Amino acid sequence: MKYEVVIGLETHVELATESKIFCSCGGHAARKTPNDCVCPACCGMPGMLPVMNKRVVELAIMAGTLLNCRINRYITFDKKNYFYPDLPCSYQITQWFHPICVEGSVELETRAGKRTIGIKQIHMEEDAGKLVHDDWTDTTMIDFNRTSVPLIEIVSKPDFRSVEEVLTYLEKLKSMFRFAKISECEDGAMRCDVNISLRPEGSEKLGVRTEIKNMSSLASIERAIKYEIARHTDALERQTEVLVQETRRWDDTKGRTFAMRNKETAEDYRYFPDPNLMPIIIDDDWIQRVRSTMSVTPDEKKAEYRDLGLSEKEIEALTAERNLCDILDDLIASGIAPKTAATWILTECGGLLRKKGLQAGDLDIDTDKLIRIIELVETNAINRAAGKRVLAAVLDSDVDPDAYCAEHQLDSQGDRDVLLAVVLRVMEANQKAVNDYLSGKEKAAQALFGNCMRELRGTGDPAAIKALLEEELQKRKG
Amino acid sequence: MRMIHTVRPDGVIAVDDLLFVKGAPTTAGSRILEGFEPLFSAEAVERLEKAGYPVAGISAVGEFGLDLLGEFSYQGPTLEGTRLVGAAASLVADGSVEGALNVDLNGTPRRAAAVSGVVFIKPTYGTVSRYGIIPCACSGEQVGVTARDTATAAKLLSAISGHDEKDGTSLPAEHYDYSDAGEIKGLHVCVIRELLDAASEEMRDLAEQAVQELKAAGAAVDTVSFPLVSQAATAWQILMSAETCNNISRYDGVKFGHRAASYSNIDELYINSRTEGMNLLTKAVILYGSDVLSRDRYLNCYDRSLRVRRIVAEETAKLLKDYNLILTPPCSGRDYHEYPIAEAFDRVAEEGVFSAIPNLIGIPAIVVNGIQFMAASLQENTLLSAARAVKEGSAR
Repeated sequence: MKYEVVIGLETHVELATESKIFCSCGGHAARKTPNDCVCPACCGMPGMLPVMNKRVVELAIMAGTLLNCRINRYITFDKKNYFYPDLPCSYQITQWFHPICVEGSVELETRAGKRTIGIKQIHMEEDAGKLVHDDWTDTTMIDFNRTSVPLIEIVSKPDFRSVEEVLTYLEKLKSMFRFAKISECEDGAMRCDVNISLRPEGSEKLGVRTEIKNMSSLASIERAIKYEIARHTDALERQTEVLVQETRRWDDTKGRTFAMRNKETAEDYRYFPDPNLMPIIIDDDWIQRVRSTMSVTPDEKKAEYRDLGLSEKEIEALTAERNLCDILDDLIASGIAPKTAATWILTECGGLLRKKGLQAGDLDIDTDKLIRIIELVETNAINRAAGKRVLAAVLDSDVDPDAYCAEHQLDSQGDRDVLLAVVLRVMEANQKAVNDYLSGKEKAAQALFGNCMRELRGTGDPAAIKALLEEELQKRKG
Repeated sequence: MRMIHTVRPDGVIAVDDLLFVKGAPTTAGSRILEGFEPLFSAEAVERLEKAGYPVAGISAVGEFGLDLLGEFSYQGPTLEGTRLVGAAASLVADGSVEGALNVDLNGTPRRAAAVSGVVFIKPTYGTVSRYGIIPCACSGEQVGVTARDTATAAKLLSAISGHDEKDGTSLPAEHYDYSDAGEIKGLHVCVIRELLDAASEEMRDLAEQAVQELKAAGAAVDTVSFPLVSQAATAWQILMSAETCNNISRYDGVKFGHRAASYSNIDELYINSRTEGMNLLTKAVILYGSDVLSRDRYLNCYDRSLRVRRIVAEETAKLLKDYNLILTPPCSGRDYHEYPIAEAFDRVAEEGVFSAIPNLIGIPAIVVNGIQFMAASLQENTLLSAARAVKEGSAR
């Protein structure tokens, strides 16, 4: 029999806020060493009361907008009860009764064609801490840095029919959220619970469902889903086991899933409204204000760049990273041709970063300085090689391009006397080559030119140097 | 009578073991918080000290303030006199301190004031910050003050009340002025018949005396029927237990407070620490609170209690449209002498009819001369003037 796989996802995304969701501790960017971002509130001490970070609501509104959701106007926060050492209060503040976003959808392009995945809801919640086990001393340590870091959980409908769709969807969420600066989406900042079941093709009834908890890498998600599909298929076709509704854990080293708990032993989280957090009323004004600060989506940006005549390769590279788009837009706004701007960002800046083992997306440059370098090169004030030297210096130590050029005499090309002096000095030092040229070996001029360029450390305008050299050699030919 | 911890020999205020005083331990009367020292003072404590009322020391409370009068405190057995009478109220009564800060979670400081013959005022929910108190039932607990007379109570309450951005349920007004002593003449007061009937003869007599004083001072007094008191009691018992169960689940032996000496895995660490660290009454509240939140009971118990809360608020508001004040006994007045802790949960529940409404719907209440007044939200001045009239009247 042929089976159809049915998958639904619960995706947790860590939000890129300055501070935690209910206290003023630094958000994820501030965390350096374990427990350096904690206060009495987020490590479970009594006495402090949660104070809502409004930015979290705004980022959730943005996420809901990107996923075509309806934004609920009345939202509440609720408490979810369970004991675990990484949960300092023994309850998690989440949204159970009135979540912020509902009824959305995401369009996917896969090899099988276009697909629409329904979004049931998006809700806000606080993250838990991290347990670190030391096998040597057999102790478990707790890092509370992550507790109360804001998350959104995106609950999809069971609309996925293949692993490929799941991966495409997660990639799309990542790219949209990074682009809109909702989340950095770096390692561990996006985690997934996968609900999966199989049913005979054509059947309307859903099969027995298992949930695989808390996976953070796409590779593990892919392997875990493939493993579960195989396990379910074996159970259905060859009765290798009786499937039960249960929660399972993926073991990446062993390459298989393990049962954690089933329906009978499932925890009762005893949700109830948090009396310390008043319901929040979201009005049209607020939604409009948030939306007006939202930039375009990656898809909209791609179309824009296509119209500017950039190549598909350039467009892909640029729109993979929001900051590259921001820099490109600044460059274009200053009057630089789109193609030139793209080349400087991807080839020149990208090349330098790759040498350092970084990626184009790591580009962090004062755009005014980049604009100045491009202007200097475009107006032939310095040559391209010199431009690259200035760029390297700007990236390394944020120097001022004009001051750097002056200090290193990179703009010497404009000064004919300087160039001439170099040409004469080179001819003086290389009498043999000059004589070779005069006796008919035209190639010798090439060597002299190379020496001039070396002397000028690549700064001069090659055409001007060539002309001067030729002029002087002709003079000697007499 | 002595305090469980002395803060300043020249201090004038006793602070219940449920509010943080920086530098002093806070245990909430429970072994589970053994050795816990808060990193900051409660907002109310801070404000009181700034206003010139230094803290003398910490007064014992029953574990988490859940019992009748403070009788089931972890420290209790070692302190003479704390077994049967609220410690803070006795300290005020015997002149050891000018006043005390208490947390009114379930009427405990009101009963203690009634038994000790002092004044306790529980202000409107949201007028005093809950920052820095041991949280139990956040939706209805409120910091209040015990004092020998109404003037001191008013002064202390003025000092601690007002908006605090650290408490999301704090009301917006920056200050409240409780010095305005209103006229008694022309006030309309109602007495709830059901509660007179439920109280002891002694409590009934005190209520009767108060009615005579009020009438003498020119107030009009009616007796009314308000059967909702019993639904209000059940609803608050449900909400209070559920919220308390949730809030005290953070005391798990992992991070601070008492940890069992013996355990071989994390579940045992939780179970042994909490078994050793909490008393039978607290455990009963945890079980009851967990049960009303469970999947099968949530709608019928917890959610229904939230609805009852709204109905009680609406009906009480109607009553307080016709009357400025509600007069009731603050407790049953039954014999609170030695009884086993196994009966505590039911005993406390029985007192709910007298005490629950101010906690459930947030209205203010005052206890004076063994009677209780309730008023509409933010009508503390009416409470204070009526209380003064009763106290002065009885002194004549």
